[in-house]
Amino acid sequence: MEKDLVIIGGGPAGMAAAVAARERGLKDILIIERDDRLGGILRQCIHNGFGLHRFKEELTGPEYGERYETMVKDMDIDYMVNTMVIDLSEDKVVTAVNKEKGFFNIRAKSVVLAMGCREKNRGALAIPGERPAGVYSAGTAQKIVNIKGYLAGKEVVILGSGDIGLIMARRMTLEGAKVKAVLEIMEDSGGLTRNIVQCLNDFDIPLKLRHTVKEIHGRERVTGVTTVQVDENFKPVPNTEEYISCDTLMLSVGLIPENELSKKAGIEMNPKTRGPVISDYKETSVRGIFACGNVVKVHELVDFVSQEGEIAGRGAADFVMGNQPSEIKVKGSQNEQKKGVKNLGGIICTICPNGCKIQVAGDGTISGNLCKRGVEYALQEMKEPLRTLTSVVNTEDGLMVPVKTDKPISLKSMKKAMEELNSLTLVLPIRLGDIIIKDIGETGANLVATASLGD
Amino acid sequence: MYKIAVIGGGVIGGMVARQLTKYEKSVLILEKEGDVAMGQSKANSGIVHGGYDPKPNSLKAILNVKGSKMMENLCKDLKVKYRKNGTMVVGFTEEDVTQLKVLKERGDLNGVEGLEIISGEEARLKEPNLDETVSCALYVPSGAIVCPYELTIHSIGNAMDNGAELKLNFQVDKIENKGKYFLITSSKGDVVEAEYIVNAAGIHSDEIAHLIGDRSFNITGRRGEYFLLDKETGDLVDMTIFRVPTKMGKGVLATKTVDGNILLGPTSEDIEDKENKETSAQGLGLVREREREFFKNIPWDKVITQFTGVRAHGDQGDFIINSPMERFVNAAGIESPGLSSAPAIAEMVVEMLMDMGVNSEARADFDPIKKGGTNFKDLSMEEKNALIQEDDTYGRVICRCEEVTEGEIRRALRENPPARDVDGIKRRTRSGMGRCQGGFCMPNVAEIIADELGISYDEVTKMGGNSKYTFGRIKG
Repeated sequence: MEKDLVIIGGGPAGMAAAVAARERGLKDILIIERDDRLGGILRQCIHNGFGLHRFKEELTGPEYGERYETMVKDMDIDYMVNTMVIDLSEDKVVTAVNKEKGFFNIRAKSVVLAMGCREKNRGALAIPGERPAGVYSAGTAQKIVNIKGYLAGKEVVILGSGDIGLIMARRMTLEGAKVKAVLEIMEDSGGLTRNIVQCLNDFDIPLKLRHTVKEIHGRERVTGVTTVQVDENFKPVPNTEEYISCDTLMLSVGLIPENELSKKAGIEMNPKTRGPVISDYKETSVRGIFACGNVVKVHELVDFVSQEGEIAGRGAADFVMGNQPSEIKVKGSQNEQKKGVKNLGGIICTICPNGCKIQVAGDGTISGNLCKRGVEYALQEMKEPLRTLTSVVNTEDGLMVPVKTDKPISLKSMKKAMEELNSLTLVLPIRLGDIIIKDIGETGANLVATASLGD
Repeated sequence: MYKIAVIGGGVIGGMVARQLTKYEKSVLILEKEGDVAMGQSKANSGIVHGGYDPKPNSLKAILNVKGSKMMENLCKDLKVKYRKNGTMVVGFTEEDVTQLKVLKERGDLNGVEGLEIISGEEARLKEPNLDETVSCALYVPSGAIVCPYELTIHSIGNAMDNGAELKLNFQVDKIENKGKYFLITSSKGDVVEAEYIVNAAGIHSDEIAHLIGDRSFNITGRRGEYFLLDKETGDLVDMTIFRVPTKMGKGVLATKTVDGNILLGPTSEDIEDKENKETSAQGLGLVREREREFFKNIPWDKVITQFTGVRAHGDQGDFIINSPMERFVNAAGIESPGLSSAPAIAEMVVEMLMDMGVNSEARADFDPIKKGGTNFKDLSMEEKNALIQEDDTYGRVICRCEEVTEGEIRRALRENPPARDVDGIKRRTRSGMGRCQGGFCMPNVAEIIADELGISYDEVTKMGGNSKYTFGRIKG
């Protein structure tokens, strides 16, 4: 088989690259995805907060993924799912395997690497203790809960306050688990401000800064962890050990770009980012092999992943068609979002990524906001915080349908809304946007599907 | 009624059972855990020692040299990964040279072939990353490595293919001598009868001996902690490196494994609780510190896991292989070089049983070759594709780090001895053994296990018992 462009990985980076390459005029494109559907890790990120930069609206992970999936399909771009790429050579021969074709080779004129990243695990941290069931990296737990539909833990301690850890704290709480603490070894959380507010503070989950897990207990399933405070050199502070009984320890301690294939192709790596060294056009040290998204470095937002994917896709198209590389236009700002909240006095506005800290004085004077939307937000927060609820709903054949409320609902109505959606069993097919429950929990909001499932 | 019950599904129990099935079909293996190879057989260094270390004429010396010579062919028959990578015992001082000479003399006496004392420079020619302070070494060309749990699983599988039976979750609680046979009762009250018993219960073999009134030996659990490094670090060392023993013991080793990882450790610490397989900050720290003697630049950021093995340290100064009672054989205190000696121990135990009346006529229908067990990864692309045509589950990769397919996982749930949990799959297929440590494959492996065993997803365990992964459906 021969292809102008083979894209390895059908997540947000790979799909954006494919779309951009096609828009540039390249015809013969193939996306190879190891999972049973395009979308990558977005499929299990059922929460909202995606797309503010790229689509100027707030989407859930599955919605963001499906937008690109629809573009890929509408543009008639070839893709293979359930297909694993196992080798890539310097002269751009891609070796892949699936059930239908077995092992096969593709001679590609250009390649885009979009394999994403993997989670750091317990072994990398060398946490001492027993090795029972119930020690999960947060993403694995997320897959078990959101895709497989099973409860990964009932009493949970989360190590690491990166975004996946924070998101899982809320997710597990909504599903009825008790999240006893989120531990962070640094003096600040590495997560987005909005996630601290909406995933921890909303549910009174304690965030223990400068704390880590000293030991894991339990021979079969986790029975508890010993936590300890650390000093500024990350050394344990004597006599600060605390035993927390729990059945689950979730780790959200960092992501590592997944570059086994890049190394096989002899691509030069950046030891700091652990991703390939790339040019402005996202080309690696091997001519015609481009890289984008989390395989290059771990990005804060999926929007930036897509943007990088577009540049890589255009670069690959130009390379194959012999064009001069196009000028790189970066849409929107790439400002880092506000991270790390030590003291949550005041209200953190979560409407846009600025994350203004708004003070409301005794006389009602509002300050700290950069725009007037902050005033409305602060007043609403004081009166009654409103949040978009996201969850999954069961179906007859066991697949989980991701859902959200079509407008924010009050925090206190969430429990009732969850009870209502928990008892439901849907029949497929379901289309994105289908109303699942009208006026859920008498909130005035509808529960809508955030992905299309079934034929 | 069984002819022989072998208590313990470790490498000794497995090898003895397999050796027995060459003559006798009626063999029962009793294992207290939910899988075989759950004790020291799954967590040791995997070294096939040359045999320079044990005192001449001891059982350890005789059986080690004999066993390690048998190992290569045995591994071929059992389809077990084995490689003669060579061993070096390195020293740093003039005193160490004297020590190495003692070891060499001992090895020569024991019949170890090809021993040679070499200089630090010669040692670094063989292993370029060795520290420059290494000034001398004993080179042991016959030293080899093997996958210890694969050896155990495949020997038990081959014994089962030849008629042996395996009872899991059977913790022997009581043994009654009924004159012509033994009545063996489990902690759950299950009962089996066998004419002969082999005690190969590892760290618990003293407790089994106590059940028939034999109090002639005691076993202490000796904990050893290890680091395992990513295959990417494989260039660090190819051979197995020991240091010259000091008064403090043998010290740590550094070795490549048969799968291409780097293994560093173990510590050596006597523990009260024989089932204590915890790693500790102190123990892991000690390994880090001691390995620095061998190599300056160990890539500690490429560590993928840590684990602890508990060795069965006997108090008799040698392997304890004897018959304290008619029709009962102890194979106890099998610590290092126990793995290397295992094939020879099995022969010895079976000869003892024959002297007590077990059939000594070879079965014509014994098949020494392990059924199935072919390593998918070792096949050529044409062979792989032929297999996928036959069974397309071999075309679905489940574990990306170790490239393990659904077909291999399903096979591990069918072949003897069948896996029953995620760790069992891991030991048989390597799914989950790679750099992501199961983060990616575990949810899918659990699904395949549930499907093959006809159980629900939330009943799947990590390692049997209460080691469930999930607590039921979140909805409905």
